[in-house]
Amino acid sequence: MGKLGKVDFVPFSKVDGIEERLKEGKISATRCKKCKNIYLPPRMDCPECLDEEMEWVDCEGKGTLVTYTTIHAAPAGFEDDAPYTICLVDVEGGGRLVGWLDGKEEDLKIGMGVSVGIRDLPEERMIYFVTPEE
Amino acid sequence: MRTGVIGIGHGKFGRREVTVQELAFEPFREALDDCGLHQKDLDALIVGSSPEYHRQRSLSGVVAEYLGMNPKPTFLVEAACASSSAALATADAYIRAGIYDTVAVLGVQKMLELSTPEILALMGRVGDVQWESGFGTTFPGYYAMFAHRHMYEYGTTREQMAAVAVKNHHYGAKNPNAMFQKEITAEKALASRMVASPLTLYDCCANADGAACMIVTNEETAKKADTPIWMAGLGSATAPMSVLRREKLSEIPSAIDAARNAYKMAGIEPKDVDVADVHDCFTIAEILAYEDLGFCEKGGGGKMIEEGETHIGGRIPVNVDGGLKSKGHPVGATGVSMAVEAVKQLRGEAGERQVDGAEVALMHNVGGIGQYCFVNILRR
Ligand SMILES: [Zn+2]
Repeated sequence: MGKLGKVDFVPFSKVDGIEERLKEGKISATRCKKCKNIYLPPRMDCPECLDEEMEWVDCEGKGTLVTYTTIHAAPAGFEDDAPYTICLVDVEGGGRLVGWLDGKEEDLKIGMGVSVGIRDLPEERMIYFVTPEE
Repeated sequence: MRTGVIGIGHGKFGRREVTVQELAFEPFREALDDCGLHQKDLDALIVGSSPEYHRQRSLSGVVAEYLGMNPKPTFLVEAACASSSAALATADAYIRAGIYDTVAVLGVQKMLELSTPEILALMGRVGDVQWESGFGTTFPGYYAMFAHRHMYEYGTTREQMAAVAVKNHHYGAKNPNAMFQKEITAEKALASRMVASPLTLYDCCANADGAACMIVTNEETAKKADTPIWMAGLGSATAPMSVLRREKLSEIPSAIDAARNAYKMAGIEPKDVDVADVHDCFTIAEILAYEDLGFCEKGGGGKMIEEGETHIGGRIPVNVDGGLKSKGHPVGATGVSMAVEAVKQLRGEAGERQVDGAEVALMHNVGGIGQYCFVNILRR
């Protein structure tokens, strides 16, 4: 989606402009102008007020580890990456994202503080990376 | 008006070198034999299946033709791994509404005609393809994340998860329709190769080909059968498919909601359930099911398996047909397979696996990672 993730499955979405924000190193959510709900992953239609007036907001890139797993049996497109560790992170400011761990699975503790950054992958793709905080 | 089950059929699950319609034929014939009906006595064929695994398109039409059901109506109902529970709920609604009197509900899935690359590609698209799949999430990976969360919140252990696999293989060894009819040990399960930490190969169910069928009918017709089994409670619910939009990851919220609806409709409580089939696509899923269905308190699932409460002789025997774990999981067939087992238990026809005097049976069928859940309560 907009160059986010190693493999792209979705060619079109109303969520436009995320690629530029990722390139600027921004982890971005959308906010409904009416009810002020924050959406990460971003979306352009608010399910609360059924409204379409959204604006972008940037997150700090800090959060809490919700859970994780290390994938050994990889799907198509990820054969050469396995084993890789997937983290779910509740981001400060609202919303959740999935990222790859930079570090060892053994060092992870659910509930720990983590920071989230963006890294480049081959073919101009980008991915969220999660680093445990001391 | 009640809906009754009067005929059941269950094919052999596993790697089957037959077409999807040939797979469907076996339990369909068996279910008709079971109640002494013919195609002409049926008003419709409702098929539950997940079409993405099939080479054959327009599945229910092709199956209806092969089963000799033309010109009776047919259509497909889809809810991922809960497709045939959705088909059963649809049939129940048609019958209660008085539109159809007698319906064949067929769950069928041919999964093993895909090539390995096709399976790997499908495997990469189980999650939210916009925001999750690009990170290489997998189906075992999602349940693995639920497992880690459950271990963190409640102290559940890998040994407790392995105990689920050992139990289900123990009973599956006695089920001639199961894909794997063999016992396993906890040592072997724990030492098997890692799929998605903390889940190893023996924590995961296997893809399979399979079909199961049941004949359901209105109260008047069902009463004429020897031992009609009644659809006493039907509950279904949904939850966000994306783990990024689900508040708690140590439960399946749709299962909690579906169970509440089913118990309410049947007018019973969890303690009234004599035997249950739950959706153990992964061992952790069975532990979550104990809690979501109210068989134990939240966080008590690990202890429940450890203490043998879900074995025959325990408080609520669970998956004594082997579960998905031992039977195999032909996605679209699994719901009706569970319902067929419930009927066998309530009729007292489960043989070596019989739970003595079972009056109330529950089935819990989860679609995907919980975006759908169907809970049905059947009784004598
Ligand atoms: Zn809004």
